[in-house]
Amino acid sequence: MPKLIITDRSGKKSEIEYDSNFTLMETLRDNGYDIEASCGGCCACATCHVYIDEKWTNRLKDMDDEEESMLDQAFDVKNNSRLSCQIELSEELDGIEIEIAPE
Amino acid sequence: MIKLKVFRKNIENFENKNVFYAIRDKSIFKNKKILIAGGGDSALDWTNELSKDSNVTLIHRRKEFRAAPDSVSKMQELETKGKIKFIKGQIKKISKIQDSRIMLEYENDDEKSNIEVDYLLPFFGLKMELGPIAEWGLNLHENLIKVDTEKFQTSTPSIFAIGDINWYPGKLKLILSGFHESALMAQEVFKYCFPDKKNIFRYTTSSKELQKKLGV
Repeated sequence: MPKLIITDRSGKKSEIEYDSNFTLMETLRDNGYDIEASCGGCCACATCHVYIDEKWTNRLKDMDDEEESMLDQAFDVKNNSRLSCQIELSEELDGIEIEIAPE
Repeated sequence: MIKLKVFRKNIENFENKNVFYAIRDKSIFKNKKILIAGGGDSALDWTNELSKDSNVTLIHRRKEFRAAPDSVSKMQELETKGKIKFIKGQIKKISKIQDSRIMLEYENDDEKSNIEVDYLLPFFGLKMELGPIAEWGLNLHENLIKVDTEKFQTSTPSIFAIGDINWYPGKLKLILSGFHESALMAQEVFKYCFPDKKNIFRYTTSSKELQKKLGV
């Protein structure tokens, strides 16, 4: 199974396996990571904000207007900010490194 | 639902003095220097409105806005005429300076700058949090309100909770469940509101009285 590397809010790094049928948010949530995702994944809030390691940002599908607009509601938005509910975890993303953004 | 804060640290000390998440009395802003933060309808509408009598600067993390296109063009027109200022950036820090003014530090592409104003008005939308309800003494479960599944009543009789705010074993955050919860809750609420009346269960498909009320 493909893997992804997560840095949580305390700075702890860990590796988890993922199923490419799920989004990044669903994978984080179902693995017990502290990610609120209050809208449930329909891009209607900004509580699943993550940073994507710069090496991987170009390999993701571009952000659409809706996601970019919702990021207006997030804190500490950076160039590599994304909403994890909008990231489909394909097999090609094996090894992707992400960091959970501050609350 | 509570208003989203502009950032976490130290903002509480300034709330309702220099920082307002909603505007009740716009006269206090007259002839003052104001920083409005956000890119949605509230941010743009208040920028346009307050620009008439105040010195307004709008700060937003990008040049695109999710507000209605008409408000955006109005704001851009005001900017061109020099009636308002626009800053691209994100606010990072707040501090107090003399004469009840505040200093905001903001960042744009890693470049830091400061702006001194009388008031900061952040409009970032809403966040799901209990806010003052958390202090009401209701039994909670991980920041959600515990209810029974017969009446959807909280631990305090006559206070009910339905929808995303409540929790019970098996809870599913579905609109469908919200409707179901409201229907059951209403049965119990009826008794509180009309203790002397009998509640007769009826269907809109067959009840003439309900159809009349609905105008169908």
